Amino acid sequence: MRETPSQTAGPYLHIGLAPEGRASFGRDLRAPGVRGEAMELGGTVRDGAGEPCGDALIELWQPDAAGRFPGTPGADSAFGGYGRCACDAAGRYRFETIRPGAPFVSLLVFARGINAALHTRAYLEPAEDDVLRAAGDRAGTLMAAWDGATARFDIRLQGTGETVFLDF
Amino acid sequence: MSIGPRPEGWHPPALTPAYRSTRLRAPSHPPLAMPPGPAEEAGPVFGHLSLGPLDGDLLVNHAAPGETAIGPRIRVHGTVRDEGGRPVPHALLELWQANAGGRYRHARDGYLAPLDPNFGGCGRVMTDAEGRYAFRTIQPGPYPWPNGGNDWRPMHVHLSLFGHAFAQRLVTQLYFEGDPLTPLCPILNAVPSQAARDRLVARLDMEGTVPMDLVAWRFDVVLRGGAQTPFENRAEGL
Repeated sequence: MRETPSQTAGPYLHIGLAPEGRASFGRDLRAPGVRGEAMELGGTVRDGAGEPCGDALIELWQPDAAGRFPGTPGADSAFGGYGRCACDAAGRYRFETIRPGAPFVSLLVFARGINAALHTRAYLEPAEDDVLRAAGDRAGTLMAAWDGATARFDIRLQGTGETVFLDF
Repeated sequence: MSIGPRPEGWHPPALTPAYRSTRLRAPSHPPLAMPPGPAEEAGPVFGHLSLGPLDGDLLVNHAAPGETAIGPRIRVHGTVRDEGGRPVPHALLELWQANAGGRYRHARDGYLAPLDPNFGGCGRVMTDAEGRYAFRTIQPGPYPWPNGGNDWRPMHVHLSLFGHAFAQRLVTQLYFEGDPLTPLCPILNAVPSQAARDRLVARLDMEGTVPMDLVAWRFDVVLRGGAQTPFENRAEGL
């Protein structure tokens, strides 16, 4: 049996995916007791005309400071590794998280006009891996600007500087 | 968990011009097909989430004490399985929808239909050990939307699911059997084949209805992963 087909999350995704008062699904992954170095990750989501996507929502998924994913043996039990952030009117998102013990974090983009979530990665350091190799001369769109505290990762859905999206 | 590549022509492509919003939001490059690795095979764990008893009951979860939402009372239920047919237990399913008049409780929805003070339109449930889920709500109404013409969304419920791997993440919409607006919808018609579109249509389930109370709709979901390889299909000894 094939997977159920995807549909857009639409313009009102906040009702279901970012309801008020649900901290466990928020943009702050630094729960009490989480080990690791603080990292802010954010950027702006823009469409093919360069306009900000004020109705997009970003999901973040990453391993803990030791590179272990939640639910796997030895992972930091205080760290959920998963967050959501609805963009503001200027298309900006921002997560408060920790620097992963891995070169990248995974991101999903949901919005009106996106029929199936767009999956990408924000790399915090260069890496020798299949994704960056396959991205070739567009690999730069997967590199976050990391200054030791803040990682800036802008997402361009279409056009000049279009972000590389991945189908796993 | 074995997660194979997504089959071509099954999911909606990024660019479906009849759904106008895709024109500036569809990437012009196809996504890079990559084999899942540890980041995609692991996934968020929601075991710590204690869902409230009303989280899956939209009839009352935003209502004043003793009151309920306006609209036809329904129950939606089904099973979440993987591509190998195995139930997915403890999968988180979130949902959101318009009220019976076709109006969302959202600052950007200015449709003429009024809000229902007793309806919020948001819920969540978890599948049980056999992969089954159920929620109670009201039948959402259709509504017009700006898409360049006379476009109406059919009755639908938005669904968001997590399996056990991040690569299984799925957001989709559930439609209702028999709604005449369904075949006209540019968003549903972004899905290329009739067979795939049919998978998004909930079926009337008279066996599940509760007499003098509510009508049941059946909607099964399949998440990626667990598909059998051709070798597993061979009879033993061959």
